[in-house]
Amino acid sequence: MLGSGIIKGLAVTAKNFVGSYFVPERMVTEQYPEDRPKLPENYRSFPLLVSETAEDPMGTLRCVACQICEKECPPQCIYIEKSKDKKPDATGKMQLYPVVFAIDTSVCMSCGLCAELCPFDSIKMDQVFEVAATNRFAGLLLNREQLAKSNAYYHSIRPVEAAEVDARLAADRQAAEAKAKAAAAAKAAAAAAKAAAPAAQPAPAPVAEAPKPPSPAA
Amino acid sequence: MTLALILLSVLILGSAAVAIALRNLIHSALLFVGCWAGIAAFYLWAGAEFVAFAQVLIYVGAVSMVVLFAVLLTRQGNELEPVKDDSFNRFIRALIAGGSVAGVLLGAILGTPMDVNTASPAPTMTVRELGARLMGPHAAALLIVGVLLTVALLGAVVLAAVDRSDQPEDAP
Amino acid sequence: MSASTDSFLERAPIEARDWLVQLLPAPLQWFTHHLITIGAILAVFGLFFAFTTVAERKLLGRLQNRLGPNRSGLPKFSALPWHLKHKLFGLTQPFADAVKALTKEDIVPAAADKLLHFLAPVLVVAFSLLTFAVLPFGRNMVPVDLDAGLLYFFAAGSATELTIFMAGWASRNKYSLLAAMRALAQVISYELPLLLSVVPVVLVAGTLSTNEIVTAQGGWSFGILPHWNIFTPWGFIGFLLFLVAALAECNRSPFDLPEAESELIAGHLTEYSGFKYALFFMAEYFGLTALSGLGVTLFLGGWQAPCDFLPFIPSYVWFMGKLVMMIVFFIWVRGTLLRLRIDQLTRLAWQFIVPLALINLGNAAFWALTASWAGPLQLVRLGVSLALVVGPFILLGRRLNIGRGPRTYRYATS
Repeated sequence: MLGSGIIKGLAVTAKNFVGSYFVPERMVTEQYPEDRPKLPENYRSFPLLVSETAEDPMGTLRCVACQICEKECPPQCIYIEKSKDKKPDATGKMQLYPVVFAIDTSVCMSCGLCAELCPFDSIKMDQVFEVAATNRFAGLLLNREQLAKSNAYYHSIRPVEAAEVDARLAADRQAAEAKAKAAAAAKAAAAAAKAAAPAAQPAPAPVAEAPKPPSPAA
Repeated sequence: MTLALILLSVLILGSAAVAIALRNLIHSALLFVGCWAGIAAFYLWAGAEFVAFAQVLIYVGAVSMVVLFAVLLTRQGNELEPVKDDSFNRFIRALIAGGSVAGVLLGAILGTPMDVNTASPAPTMTVRELGARLMGPHAAALLIVGVLLTVALLGAVVLAAVDRSDQPEDAP
Repeated sequence: MSASTDSFLERAPIEARDWLVQLLPAPLQWFTHHLITIGAILAVFGLFFAFTTVAERKLLGRLQNRLGPNRSGLPKFSALPWHLKHKLFGLTQPFADAVKALTKEDIVPAAADKLLHFLAPVLVVAFSLLTFAVLPFGRNMVPVDLDAGLLYFFAAGSATELTIFMAGWASRNKYSLLAAMRALAQVISYELPLLLSVVPVVLVAGTLSTNEIVTAQGGWSFGILPHWNIFTPWGFIGFLLFLVAALAECNRSPFDLPEAESELIAGHLTEYSGFKYALFFMAEYFGLTALSGLGVTLFLGGWQAPCDFLPFIPSYVWFMGKLVMMIVFFIWVRGTLLRLRIDQLTRLAWQFIVPLALINLGNAAFWALTASWAGPLQLVRLGVSLALVVGPFILLGRRLNIGRGPRTYRYATS
């Protein structure tokens, strides 16, 4: 009969109306500023620089200023200046570090290539989305102090990926330690051999140990 | 009361005069609507409530729409173009049309016995009585008016429906 | 039912007005009397409009499992030492909207007819407010008790058509003009069904005065069944037809084709911005409120209480309660039904509503002529009247659906 469809439709919306008060699953609205959205783990916005500790972010940056990301960045929004001196990195090796590391987020297209390419697991993609600034030039140009985030924060936003990275880094560290130990043992053995052989030169052993290639991560 | 009457007559006659003087047809039509509204207010002033509201409902609501639709459907050329004063024929025709209307009106006014001095009691005509009158003694007049309006509407349709069979489809 | 037996609340507004009026010297009294009435209507229905908009948005949200506006609380006034942090459920939203509309730039197209462009929104509000003058808001509370009140209502309502045309034409925008024409075509073609659905009430009540129509619906059977028009067969179907025609007349969903927001740019309001647009918006809601008030007056017994034992609640509360119910129903319909196409709109009017309304007129005439039947004849009267409602409804409804069966989709999988 004419009108039965209208009554059915009215019943559906009435059910919606009542249900919206009693069935919380019906409501899909997030009360945004109070209720933070639960972002999927692979959500990405802009890059961040991982530091080992939150207390001394500049001292424990994983970045070694290799400039691979700077060269690969499609819109060329990364700018890096290498340091003149070296300091020990996460694995205890002497490495360069970035004096200037700046990303222009107004240019960045959030492709994530930098994070995929970084051999030191230093640059990763952040999940912040409230990036409004009052100045469109200075406000959107992030320097290394603003980009540096602790490893703990990285764990909080991407637990699975961060655990993988940590495991890999730990394995590398172990491998490096084992290698160092083996080298030390070899050295000890050589020293012992040298001690056994009276006519020996003291110089070559430390020289051979020094130029060790950086342990590749991936 | 007299002040209200003067104001009303100024409104009615003024808007009618301006409507005739204007070259913009839409403005003229809207001013005519104002004129009709003024006439409705005059009926209200005279105590004929029902007629006043009927006037608003029919003239301000409906006839104005017919007029405006007719203007929009039949308008040709630029409405702001000044009238050419070359046509003597036009003047004669206007004189004949206006003169005949004025003659009929004058005849009606002069033919009405006007007794201004004796104050007649306020007319008390209820809607019910009015309906009885319209359906009884004046039924024929009502029907004729209805037919007249229908004919006017059909005429508007005929005016608006231009036969375009001789023109190509995409002619402006 | 005399004035002296009414409860204090019932008499309070009228006595307050009379007290205020008698404070003034005699020449000013008539003037002040009406000024107070006008002020009261403006204040009450202005606020009613404001809260209707927020209620509409919240209700529509709930009907679609959303929340609706709930953020706007009170601003922080620097002069005050404290600040109310509560959001007040977003009830202050209309005031924020008003401030926004007032501060927006008022853009008038360069080629527009400036005067008419300005006049249209002003007149549309004026005309839609005029209709409130004859609605009986409560016992002894009709602003102007006219002998031909109903005619006045429709006369004032029909004048708004003119403003639609003015808005469309004065914008000097061909889309505005076309949309105004579409809106006019819709409003004019639904004027007839609206009037035809109202005429039976006039026929049975025998008067055009809104106040007397309400009085005629007074009284109860067995103390609980009120004698409202909606509880008669012709009144019920008349009320349904009135609802449909009123929806179309105020351009509300599902008949909102003139300004279909998902397809057109606000129709004839394309060139209006800021407060002029807000005025049109306001007039639309005033029109909706006035038509709902008319529906309450004609079919739902106006300010009459539904039960014998409830008249201690003031009559104006009943009126406003019924009005709110009507508006909520309109919002409910808006949240449910889809927009009609223009051909469906006109087909519904001419092939269904108008014939049904004409049959209903005959039905009401039968009802009025058989008012003296008593005893078992009353059942016969009810049966005949019911048959005159149900039969045409089913037959016309079936005719409307001939050749328009359930839609099938060739490529969609169910």
